[in-house]
Amino acid sequence: MSAPTYDLGTLHGGLRLPGHKADSTRSAILDIPVPSQLILPITQHVGDPAQPIVGIGERVLKGQLIAESEGTLGAPVHASSSGKVIAIEPWPVSRRYGDTAPCIVIECDGKDEAIARADAPPNFTRLEAPDVLRKILQGGIVGLGGAVFPTAQKLMQARTCEIDHLLLNGVECESYISCDDMLMRERAGEIISGAQILMHALQIDVCFLVVESDKPDAIQKLGDVLGEISDDRIVLKQVPTIYPSGGEDQLVQLVTNREVPSGGLPSDVGCLVQNVGTAAAIHSWVIDNEPLISRVTTITGDGVANPINVRARIGTTIADIIEITGGYTDKAQQLIIGGPMTGKSVSTDRVPLVKATNCVLVMSETPAIGPELPCIRCGDCASVCPVQLLPQQLFWYACADDEKKLRDFGLMDCIECGCCDLVCPSHIPLTADFRVAKGRIRELADEKARAARARLRFEARNDRLEREETERASELSEQKESAKKAGPSAIAEILKRKKKKHEEDK
Amino acid sequence: MLTAVLTITAIALIAGVGLSFASRRLPSSDSDLVEQVNDLLPQTQCAQCGYPGCRPYAAAVVEGQAAINLCPPGGEDTVRRLADLLGRELIPLAEAATPAVAVIDEALCIGCTHCLKACPVDAIVGAHQLMHTIIESECTGCELCVAPCPVDCISMRPLG
Repeated sequence: MSAPTYDLGTLHGGLRLPGHKADSTRSAILDIPVPSQLILPITQHVGDPAQPIVGIGERVLKGQLIAESEGTLGAPVHASSSGKVIAIEPWPVSRRYGDTAPCIVIECDGKDEAIARADAPPNFTRLEAPDVLRKILQGGIVGLGGAVFPTAQKLMQARTCEIDHLLLNGVECESYISCDDMLMRERAGEIISGAQILMHALQIDVCFLVVESDKPDAIQKLGDVLGEISDDRIVLKQVPTIYPSGGEDQLVQLVTNREVPSGGLPSDVGCLVQNVGTAAAIHSWVIDNEPLISRVTTITGDGVANPINVRARIGTTIADIIEITGGYTDKAQQLIIGGPMTGKSVSTDRVPLVKATNCVLVMSETPAIGPELPCIRCGDCASVCPVQLLPQQLFWYACADDEKKLRDFGLMDCIECGCCDLVCPSHIPLTADFRVAKGRIRELADEKARAARARLRFEARNDRLEREETERASELSEQKESAKKAGPSAIAEILKRKKKKHEEDK
Repeated sequence: MLTAVLTITAIALIAGVGLSFASRRLPSSDSDLVEQVNDLLPQTQCAQCGYPGCRPYAAAVVEGQAAINLCPPGGEDTVRRLADLLGRELIPLAEAATPAVAVIDEALCIGCTHCLKACPVDAIVGAHQLMHTIIESECTGCELCVAPCPVDCISMRPLG
């Protein structure tokens, strides 16, 4: 095997969190069978919603395109199994804003019949890089680390910059989540094949495969595969287990010691970060012709009888998945989609598994954290902040609703990792406050932009009205002038003619 | 003693003349201030303040003819920002308004173009004897198109 390397940059702050990952990594990934019903939201990505192109009552096949991406940023949606479209309606989903979203509901026939694809799996190295990107765009592939940014558009953006490093993110630093770990153990070959496709699409020669030190099995497996294929462009890197080293900007900092500028992207410092799951999905689509219709997700927490990683079709409801894995325990009290730090609590298990769902956490109860007390300005939050912000200061300005100061102190660079919440001795929900403040700043900016546009249109209209007025006035004066020039006899002539015509009409 | 009194008097006189000259001759910065006030207004151009648009209201506020609490679409936030900028006392909003957009019932529209002429931001598309419609993203919710409509086919739909 090829051994991991350790030469690393430095990351500010961060926390060592209890992992809770052993429970869900004991057994292999379980394949969930085709459910009776699939619920596919048309927005499973950052950007504009996809537009449904199937009608109610239509039969669809596994892998068939059912909603097309529209606009400049988006991803298409494919049917995860064969069946009949029975509805396109709002359905409860897990997302940050709002509780329901339009979904395409498919009643499965259980045959799991796949759509015939004409083109044989091509040798991707013969394809031009833009063609690879187009192919990735059609596969509905989005970032599977949780941010669900459309991969093709991310790559297209990166190609406009000078990129020299591809980072494959296998860090998975948040507690409880272990889907990437299991994927690396079981599908290391696919991940590395995906990395090769990505490097070809970007036309670069350096790829760092970054894995956290608490995943020795995954490192071993990836090292074995790398040793077999002997592709020396791909280097395995081991990073210490610190939350949130798996954040995109943090990973770049940690691995390459380059700091992503405020408000910038990793591509500004020559890096592109992709999750390992995304790389595997790219392999499945480019080599095996299977679009993104399933993913691995972690089912864990003390509220489930059998914590495990599962591979389920996108659109399977959480209730169906948990039933197959062994159901809930008596302790189950709350359901969180995502990890304990960045996840979102939902009120029903009817929500479907979507492309973003990397973890389903069923917890017994919210640990009591005590009442919120005044800030004592101890500075602990600043010392753990991975972005080197001053949360105590931001909190102050957030309370005062001081937009300018919040911007000056870099609120928009907050990655909402929640480290400051955890260390705060006064139990101040800092991250929640920052989320609200960020929302308000965005709202204000929208309002400003709207007002500026309205003003422009108003001024343009006033200019137009004024111009029309002067044009009309000058026309009138011209007519008067010409009448004057012709003299009174000509006017009398015209009047006479008019009178005559009038009489004739009578 | 006398020298000191004379010196102070002389300085006061010179400074007084200088200041009065400056205040009369140098251009005042009122126009800048009007722009700053105008920037804080929501630009709905709704005339609910009693002035024909946001800029005239801004000018009236700067001249001291209008109170700072007359802008219903701007809400309490605008009053607060105006009070901060102008150093005036914070007063409650005279009349509140909920943000809304105008919607034309397209089945009823007779294509009279009256609303087109009323819209301060050209957010209505249409032509004589053809159906009109509102560009929602550009509508400021000023309600100026509601009154001129002869068939009452325009209604305000609250946002949010």
